[in-house]
Amino acid sequence: MSTQNQHKIIGKSECRVDAWGKVTGRAKFAEDYNVGHQLWGKVLRAKHPHAKILKIDTSKAEKVAGVEAVLTAKDIPGSKVFGIVVSNQAILAEDKVRYLGDGVALIAAKTEEIADEALSLIEVEYEPLLVVTDPEEAMNPETIKIHGDDNTFVHHKVRKGDVDKGFAEANFILEKKFKTQFVEHSYIEPEAVLAEPAEQGGVRVTGSVQNLFSTRRSTAAALNLPLNKVQIIQATLGGSFGGKDEAMTSMCIRAALLCLKTCKPVKMVNTREESMLESYKRHPYTLYYKWGVKNDGTITAMEIRIIADGGAYASMSPFVTWRSVVQATGPYYCDNVKTDIYAVYTNNNYTGAMRGFGSPQVNFAIESMMDILAEKVGKDPLEIRLQNGFERGAITATGQNLEHNVSLKEVLQKATAEINFQEKWKKYRSEPNTQKKRGIGLACSYRGVSLGAEGTDAVGTIISVQTDGSVIVSSGITDMGQGAQTQMSQIAAEVLGISMDRIQFLNTNTSRVPDSGPTVASRGTIMGGSAAKKAAEIVQATLLTTASEMTGLDVQSLELKDNYLIDIESGQRLASFNELAAECFKKGRPTYGFGWHKSPKTSWDEDHGQGEAYFTWVYGANIAEVEVDTETGKVDVLNFVSCHDVGKAINRGAVLGQIYGGVAMGLGYGLLEEFEIENGIPKQLNFDEYSLPTSMDVPKIKAIVVENEDALGPFGAKSIGEPANELAAPAIINAIYNATGKRIYELPANLERVLLGHKLVRPKERGSVLKEKDIQAAMHRAVYELLPDGTFYAEIPGLQGVYANAKSLEECREQLQEVLEKEVA
Amino acid sequence: MKKIKISTTINSKKYYLDINPNVTLLDLLRDELGLTGTKRGCEIGECGACTVLINGEAVNSCLVLAPQIDGKELLTVEGLMAEGKLHPLQQSFMDHDAVQCGFCTPGMLMSSKALLDENPNPAEEEIRTAISGNLCRCTGYVQIVEAIGKVNK
Ligand code: FES
Ligand code: FES
Repeated sequence: MSTQNQHKIIGKSECRVDAWGKVTGRAKFAEDYNVGHQLWGKVLRAKHPHAKILKIDTSKAEKVAGVEAVLTAKDIPGSKVFGIVVSNQAILAEDKVRYLGDGVALIAAKTEEIADEALSLIEVEYEPLLVVTDPEEAMNPETIKIHGDDNTFVHHKVRKGDVDKGFAEANFILEKKFKTQFVEHSYIEPEAVLAEPAEQGGVRVTGSVQNLFSTRRSTAAALNLPLNKVQIIQATLGGSFGGKDEAMTSMCIRAALLCLKTCKPVKMVNTREESMLESYKRHPYTLYYKWGVKNDGTITAMEIRIIADGGAYASMSPFVTWRSVVQATGPYYCDNVKTDIYAVYTNNNYTGAMRGFGSPQVNFAIESMMDILAEKVGKDPLEIRLQNGFERGAITATGQNLEHNVSLKEVLQKATAEINFQEKWKKYRSEPNTQKKRGIGLACSYRGVSLGAEGTDAVGTIISVQTDGSVIVSSGITDMGQGAQTQMSQIAAEVLGISMDRIQFLNTNTSRVPDSGPTVASRGTIMGGSAAKKAAEIVQATLLTTASEMTGLDVQSLELKDNYLIDIESGQRLASFNELAAECFKKGRPTYGFGWHKSPKTSWDEDHGQGEAYFTWVYGANIAEVEVDTETGKVDVLNFVSCHDVGKAINRGAVLGQIYGGVAMGLGYGLLEEFEIENGIPKQLNFDEYSLPTSMDVPKIKAIVVENEDALGPFGAKSIGEPANELAAPAIINAIYNATGKRIYELPANLERVLLGHKLVRPKERGSVLKEKDIQAAMHRAVYELLPDGTFYAEIPGLQGVYANAKSLEECREQLQEVLEKEVA
Repeated sequence: MKKIKISTTINSKKYYLDINPNVTLLDLLRDELGLTGTKRGCEIGECGACTVLINGEAVNSCLVLAPQIDGKELLTVEGLMAEGKLHPLQQSFMDHDAVQCGFCTPGMLMSSKALLDENPNPAEEEIRTAISGNLCRCTGYVQIVEAIGKVNK
């Protein structure tokens, strides 16, 4: 067997299996599929973010020439709702609409124009309800309910030690509040599907779907069909980042409904505006962090309370917030921990999976806290992290013993050495105030790999060697652009001793590979790759047994290498791979391998928030060097270092690509991106208003790949997709502080926040609270904070935009009351 | 609507077309001519996924009305390969891992082709400027910039 240094394919920047199709324009994305006589499907969406539906009249629309079907919720034969954890997401709203992206009716027509015309003729009568947009307000028992009788639908906790005791032992307390924003995934390809009637009944849907098996389950349930009558085929995906899950499930179900109704193919494509309006976002979090700290920088207690805006539907909130609760303390020792996280319904866009999955939010808070702590005890950001950071054998907040190679300090040392961090940090903080100020910031994290105790974790991969020695691979793991197909192919090629050009990878089809769960949580390489390795080893065994019979040599003395069968001792080529494949066929032996990989055991006790949350962890450190224009608030990122322990880089170029792309997305999170919703109405629906980082915004990035092979990953590999994305924002925020001495508590750090410390524009109209409650009651809820510059800041939780900042507490109170009165008026 | 007649050359092939005057070039390419390599991302000229070359100049085809291409010469991603061989830019994108999901790739290739035709050895800043109208959510642009920079090196 080959040892690490002899790898032929693993660790190389092999060209992606899908690259040729993508540079020639041959790759077929969902919208590129067309068949004869296809109809256009369109959705009528809600008029109000929260309203009862009194009546839907489709009669006029039905009479438009060219319209072949008009459907509402009552036409759904099976389940009218779907949802992976909580099944309450309406395929089409029936009794009420809960956010502006809700669908109310569907049309299938000969052309898009006819469908649009018919949509405008559907009459819906609504009774508007109070709109709930603030999650803390939503938690108030008096607030109107969006589903059932409680807007709070998730509460996860972690309990370790005794926080009261921990705070008593502390020399001082650090208490801060942080806020993060809605973020749009911004895959450049908008959602699209083509649904076709299947010959044996049922439906076949080709689409830009990330998680085919859950989409199939929900589609089958809605259509009242068995799973084998619903085939979901993955088109080449133009990016997903967690975003083409429920958004695609609803589109698949809707197209399938129209298709079965009309017995014709139905195509549905979202415009960018429809996509942004309907799709789910990354959760905004409000985070309250309270740490008890000793003068030497030891942390004696952490009390953390987080509220996540779940929006209109549950989606992945239970899982996203679970990762947050597990990772909320960061990779730092602390004996006394009390963490609570809540997810609540509002009438905002629902929120779900997005690259990072609950870690970008908590990392922003943790890594800001760490720098605040460093400053208080007179240490630098690296020292304080090395002092408190985990090592092998550390016990996490959830009681898990980290028995693998905990490389946190290694990544910290390597990243900081690369850019001379400590020296620059000291220099920049002592530089006099000028218009352009430089700063440097550090952030690090640990991250549980794959799904962890949040779900069943198993994957199937199939390898089939053809009689001419060419190879076909397929898997339940999908490729969204991250390169999962290439990684699995490299693993297969390595084991079979063949070159990559022999491999053809099939896009995932739910009827041809077993249910392998979702492609999320950076589990593509570690899980799909492990399954690919097992499948290849099955085929390898058949090939070598046959080779042994062919040559009369022992199996142990033979190996497959460079497309040949080799006698290990002499290095002599005994037969070509093709000949060997042909020989197996002649002998009637299957050169087909099905590899199934189930993750090692994890555990979780929900009542106490304790358990072995993930079977292994990865470690990363990021550094940002910025220049702040103190007159305009503009922040330029000049340099960036991103260091990650990936276990083993199966494909070097792809790992670097994940790091660069992750940093760019993290930069957007830290500085630019915010999907704003005012009173339930999104303010950005296209890329003219929602700014993504362009080639001019992304700095030079130095990627450092650390490889501590993990026994639980294929060839030692772990993951990189999400770790790469979860640290850039806090590194940038810490760099801004280093430059200006101004700490940003709310993302993104756009011009106003950097310059003024808060957002300039305020939502104009309040939904429910101010109309109902009097000013005094609201003033009672006000919280005041003494800012580092000696002024007072006040705000009222639950009332976005009502805040004041003044020199004295009394002035601050008066100002706040004035603002509030204006709001009510 | 009254159709109008135009003639144009796309990827070295002459076309005589009867078109609706209000159809965009993007729709014409994708829906009528089956050239689906050119991508639709925003339809307001922001993402660059729909970039094609008209008389050698990179333009967003979602912002061009089809009649405007009358008598002009177009190049789309499908026309980059010549005689079964990849264009050096395509090869360089493959060699430098500049492709992830690939949705921005056709537009990136066309914008960078326009640049290299003018300026065969651009500096990094010139490359970044040339593709600043092409959004990519996957790559962080690093390997794309590298790939373009190394085509003629
Ligand atoms: S589709 Fe033309 S620029 Fe986005
Ligand atoms: S490679 Fe996915 S958008 Fe550029």
